[in-house]
Amino acid sequence: MESIIEQLINGLRSGSIYALIALGYTMVYGIAKMINFAHGDIIMVGAYSLYVFIARLKMPVVPAVIFTILVCAIIGVVIEKVAYKPLRKAPPLAVLITAIGVSYLLQNLAQLIFTANPITFKSIINLKAVKIAGITIPGITLVTLVVTFICMAALTLFINKTKAGSAMRAVSEDKAAAQLMGINVNRTISMTFAIGSALAAVAGIIFICQFQSVEPTLGALPGIKAFVAAVLGGIGSVPGAMLGGLLLGVIESVSKAYISTQLADAIVFGVLVIVLLVKPSGLLGKNSIEKV
Amino acid sequence: MGKEIAKKTGSILNGKNLIKLAVIVIIYILLMLVMEGDFATRHFKSLLVPVGINIILAVSLNITTGFLGELSLGHAGFMAIGAYSGSLFTIFAQDHTGLPGPLAFIIGIIIGGIMAALLGVVIGIPVLRLRGDYLAIVTLAFGEIVRSVINFLGFTGGARGLSGIPRYTNYKWVYALVVITLIVLANLVRSRYGRVISSIRDNSIAAESIGIKVSNYKIMAFVIAAFFAGVAGVLFGHNLSVLKPTNFDYNKSIEILVIVVLGGMGSIRGSVISAIILTLLPEFLRDASEYRMLLYALALIIIMLFNSSEIRQKLEDSGKLPKLPKFPTLKARIK
Repeated sequence: MESIIEQLINGLRSGSIYALIALGYTMVYGIAKMINFAHGDIIMVGAYSLYVFIARLKMPVVPAVIFTILVCAIIGVVIEKVAYKPLRKAPPLAVLITAIGVSYLLQNLAQLIFTANPITFKSIINLKAVKIAGITIPGITLVTLVVTFICMAALTLFINKTKAGSAMRAVSEDKAAAQLMGINVNRTISMTFAIGSALAAVAGIIFICQFQSVEPTLGALPGIKAFVAAVLGGIGSVPGAMLGGLLLGVIESVSKAYISTQLADAIVFGVLVIVLLVKPSGLLGKNSIEKV
Repeated sequence: MGKEIAKKTGSILNGKNLIKLAVIVIIYILLMLVMEGDFATRHFKSLLVPVGINIILAVSLNITTGFLGELSLGHAGFMAIGAYSGSLFTIFAQDHTGLPGPLAFIIGIIIGGIMAALLGVVIGIPVLRLRGDYLAIVTLAFGEIVRSVINFLGFTGGARGLSGIPRYTNYKWVYALVVITLIVLANLVRSRYGRVISSIRDNSIAAESIGIKVSNYKIMAFVIAAFFAGVAGVLFGHNLSVLKPTNFDYNKSIEILVIVVLGGMGSIRGSVISAIILTLLPEFLRDASEYRMLLYALALIIIMLFNSSEIRQKLEDSGKLPKLPKFPTLKARIK
């Protein structure tokens, strides 16, 4: 019984990392109607930045974390300006292929700079495990859950309560109408990329604190899984991304523990296919009507 | 178009086809001279088989991505199914039956193709309901499912790999299969079915409104592309003699996609040329191999940016470059 609960808590931890990354996918999709395939690699950029700031430049933890988030946000905005903005009117297939190109570019740049070998890097989160009623919860799990909860609450408040947030909602609803109302669409899109990348940076920091090693391809698999989470929850929907991420983490952790480690990925992707067959727009997604 | 149809109803042995036959024979003789003679190094000779395999993969992916207009990110998955099922058969045939090698290989190729085509049907069913970006994800998911199931199963050798596959593949087999693939797919594209597939890419709603069963044709395109990817997989397995699940990961699918995009989506000739260049070039630029993937990535981005730039538009208008297929079905998703 206790082990099931521990597995569920483990699932919530990896699920909340997926949810943080999925938020970036879903916000960008909602606003720019594109899949930012390079989003997963922003996690890797975040992980390497933290490594450089702490291990190479010997910075204290708090400024290093802040700088890491800034670096990722800036890179996210630069990618949007250089690679995606000229393609606003291009067909989605072209944008998707460009995004795949950007993802490859980031991975290979990292490989050229830091080589393909993994670098070990000690966790910056040192919290003792907590024991409640016979269940041990590792410190990193507690930190992950708290940080994710804060990020999600802040994002929800930002989107629903601030002026910039309602601009984002307006642009995702109807770009042309938003422009007519005096909203700067380009600036809103940049802001979305910045927020999404900043959340990916947070995910990246938590991720390497857990695995304690960095390598150029570390963002690829969590990136794809987070994307699956976003689609599962209904891409374009912020609560959907949170739900999808948590669900995916729990399914993965339970199937790893009780079915097979190798089959866990197949099960995760299988769940996605089944959900899409039953609800083509995801769990919380809206059905879009195709116009001629 | 009318003329072409009239010509097709005539004899197969018209002037155009005779020239094509002559070209096929001449290229074969040239290949023989290169392979049997001392003109080329052993290293170069060993590259001809991968070139051929990549041609088959790229041309078949072009059917889904270039002609149907759906991005498939799981082409390596089809290839894996073909490679494993074909190789398992030839290993079995070698150990337990007295089938002569070439016959076993032919049956293995057919089995590989059919197994991949069956997976194509399985993917085709969700394709019925999804379009655009979602489809890319479902294909990606299927590719990963195939890889992790192969990793899990015992009889595929799991992560250690499947070894002891007889080395049947040589340049003659590959050449024959490349020629067959090109003839079948080029004729498919020019046939009624091919035009239906392209019409779905150009405007699926309009296609549906004139009574075309869009989903059936989508499945058809998927199945055909999958079949040839499976065949390429069988050739791949019998060339290396060892198969590992990591041969068929997401990166492999992207590599094939890069070939298709660089050659031009919707152009069979382009896929062939770019498969040859992209397979040979990194081998000649050994020193630059570190930068190979970086260059691939940059090439993808630059080509996409160029294709939707004003410069391209001007060159198209002045007739210096051919017009690109426009993919408006997908465009319709953006309001």
